[in-house]
Amino acid sequence: MTPVRPLRTNNVVGSRWPVAVIANETETTMSLTPKRSLTVGAAVLAGALALTACGSSGPNQTSGSSGGGGSSTATMWGLSQAPFQGVLDTSVQSWNDANPDSPIDVEFFAGEDYKPKVRTAIGAGSAPTFIYGWGGGVLKSYVDEGKVLDLTPYIEENPELKDRYLEAVYENGTVDGKPYALPNSYSQPVMLYYNKTLFEEAGVEPPETWDDLMDLVDVFKKEGVAPFSVGGQSRWPELMWLSYLVDRIGGPEVFESILNNEPEAWSDPAVIEALTKIQELVRAGGFIDGFSSVAADNRADQALLYTGRAAMMVHLAGAYSGIKGDAPDFVANDELGYTRFPAVEGGEGDPENVIGNPSNFWSISADASEEQIDTAIGYLTDEMFSDEYVDSIIEAGSVPALVDVKDKLSQSENKDFMETIYEYASSAPNFQLSWDQALAPEQGEAMLTNLALIFLDQQTPEEFADAMNATLAP
Amino acid sequence: MTASLQQRRASRRSAVRASARTAGPSGWFAAPALALFFVFAILPIAGVVLLSFTSWNGLGAIELTGLDSWKRVLTDPVTVNALVVTAKIMIFSFVVQFPISLLLGVFTAGMQRYRAVLAVIYFVPLLLSSAAVAIAFKALLDPNFGVGAIKGFEAFRQDWLGNSDLVLFVVVFVIAWQFVPLHTLIYQGGVKQIPRSLYEAAEIDGAGRVQQFFSVTLPQLKYTIITSSTLMVVGSLTYFDLIFVLTGGGPGYATRLLPLHMYLTGFRANDMGAASALGVILIVVGLLLAVVLQRLGGRDRAASQMEGA
Repeated sequence: MTPVRPLRTNNVVGSRWPVAVIANETETTMSLTPKRSLTVGAAVLAGALALTACGSSGPNQTSGSSGGGGSSTATMWGLSQAPFQGVLDTSVQSWNDANPDSPIDVEFFAGEDYKPKVRTAIGAGSAPTFIYGWGGGVLKSYVDEGKVLDLTPYIEENPELKDRYLEAVYENGTVDGKPYALPNSYSQPVMLYYNKTLFEEAGVEPPETWDDLMDLVDVFKKEGVAPFSVGGQSRWPELMWLSYLVDRIGGPEVFESILNNEPEAWSDPAVIEALTKIQELVRAGGFIDGFSSVAADNRADQALLYTGRAAMMVHLAGAYSGIKGDAPDFVANDELGYTRFPAVEGGEGDPENVIGNPSNFWSISADASEEQIDTAIGYLTDEMFSDEYVDSIIEAGSVPALVDVKDKLSQSENKDFMETIYEYASSAPNFQLSWDQALAPEQGEAMLTNLALIFLDQQTPEEFADAMNATLAP
Repeated sequence: MTASLQQRRASRRSAVRASARTAGPSGWFAAPALALFFVFAILPIAGVVLLSFTSWNGLGAIELTGLDSWKRVLTDPVTVNALVVTAKIMIFSFVVQFPISLLLGVFTAGMQRYRAVLAVIYFVPLLLSSAAVAIAFKALLDPNFGVGAIKGFEAFRQDWLGNSDLVLFVVVFVIAWQFVPLHTLIYQGGVKQIPRSLYEAAEIDGAGRVQQFFSVTLPQLKYTIITSSTLMVVGSLTYFDLIFVLTGGGPGYATRLLPLHMYLTGFRANDMGAASALGVILIVVGLLLAVVLQRLGGRDRAASQMEGA
């Protein structure tokens, strides 16, 4: 017998008792008299409170930089998006140098983080003085709750604040005819981009009508090239297809009635036809294989165009500077083509209508102190869209939403593109803000998800309409 | 057994019971932890429960609307879908992670030097943040510019994140890639605590490697398994950051699990009432699962695992 074996059989008494006894002994040695333990507990608690107090007093001291009323420094939350961040940073810097008594403190956030963050801050009454926005449904919800300043008196005092903008762009900052937001950046109509080399090889021209477009699908599939690139993973690129098609088929009135929450507005024949056309295009193999895995945020969709794997792409005007940055030779060799989204035969919409982002906007928080408001108005009047501001936007390949920039555009190295964009933006009978921004946030979210199901062919146009009609406010 | 032994045992038992009442560290020792827990856990949960009976868009006034939010949440097919997706991810994650991390844990607990080196390599994913992991996999899984673009790897050219049937398994894989190291670490620690004598005894009894694993290692790891399983199962209710960045809940609703559904409802659709109701559901499900898993461990927590040691 080995010494191990007896131990194994010696189970109940052998092991259970000693364990209990040991536990009991440790408990006894650990115990304190009730009185003493109370003091110790209180001391620890006080220590913990002191610690948390220290922890919260730190940020509080600096919170003047991001807090609401009372402080004299105006605060500004911007978007960390090239080229806007650089432009804004320089402009605030030069304002601060010239006005040391009324400084602006600017912070930058990434787009998707910014939206919930600023909304929470506004709801909590600690909004920044300058609220960055897109206009549309979100701006309306701020106005409804009285969170942003009506800018009418300042514009009456200084009409330049209004007159410098393209009318169609300026309109997007108004709610019920009153201005609550002023454009601060560049116009981004959605364009149809194409790879000129692939078009030459196939011996075809860019599409002018939807039928042309469907014919091109077969042409490029025979060439072994995907007809269209789309960043389906990011969802919003798919929306550009729906909004253009609805506009071309039924005109701007269709979306107007959706915006006005008219019952069954999503069941409009134009919406159904647009969705049907999208599904026809999907089934015909119009989009690159696996497009639902292609992301727009890392510009994989744009890469497909300039690497010659896809012949065409529908995208915001900003894609031009994206492609120019990633593939400078492609742009320099004049391989990047761009034109309007095609017309639909028999459609009611004007083919010169554009969809996209007319501009971004500054609103002023209603919670801001008088000093902060003065600083903000001063900045909007004197510093924003200074010559330097305009020049750096143009240099980056974007078109400021201003009336008198034509001369400057013609001197730019991106002259052709810029003048096209300016023409599209300024001559458009209707410049429709992207639907996901125009709609109330809850409707926009539901729309993007349901549209993804349309592109995946997992939902019929009628099911889409039913799901979306349910989101219309009564 | 003699009468005196029984007497002694009885008196000892009552002594233990008596000392449990009077001795032991004072309850006040828990006060700081309880205070923090109250401020940072109980109060917010109470707030969420209250909010679930209101309607609030995050900006305006909070309106009491009774059961409206609850009705909306419970009749919404998306909520049901979110629960199903959550359950699927939970089950698949467990089925994938449990055997891999158990075997890796047992393997890396060995004393050989090369195993120590391998253990360090296995732990690398643990050092990366979920967002970074998600962004990296998103790039790798891109059908045109990812792994599938490499010559010889054409089989990887799949619609990984865009195919509703495939994407769930992609998510389960990425979760496993990130969390298997943590559970491996837990099992490695558990295995290292098993006394050598048990294995010696088993060897003498003629048990082979495999039998040792099933008769000694596994039973000895009972509580380690419970701990690790609790983390895995309850943890799958908190997978948010990874999936949010990797798929955003898409395509469609294919990977929209409960925490993500809650976030999107609250912060994208700005329906705080419904999001709070979802939050309450999440808390209840999480607590129930934790309780059930703890019960599986048996009620008699004082029972020895060292019988015969």
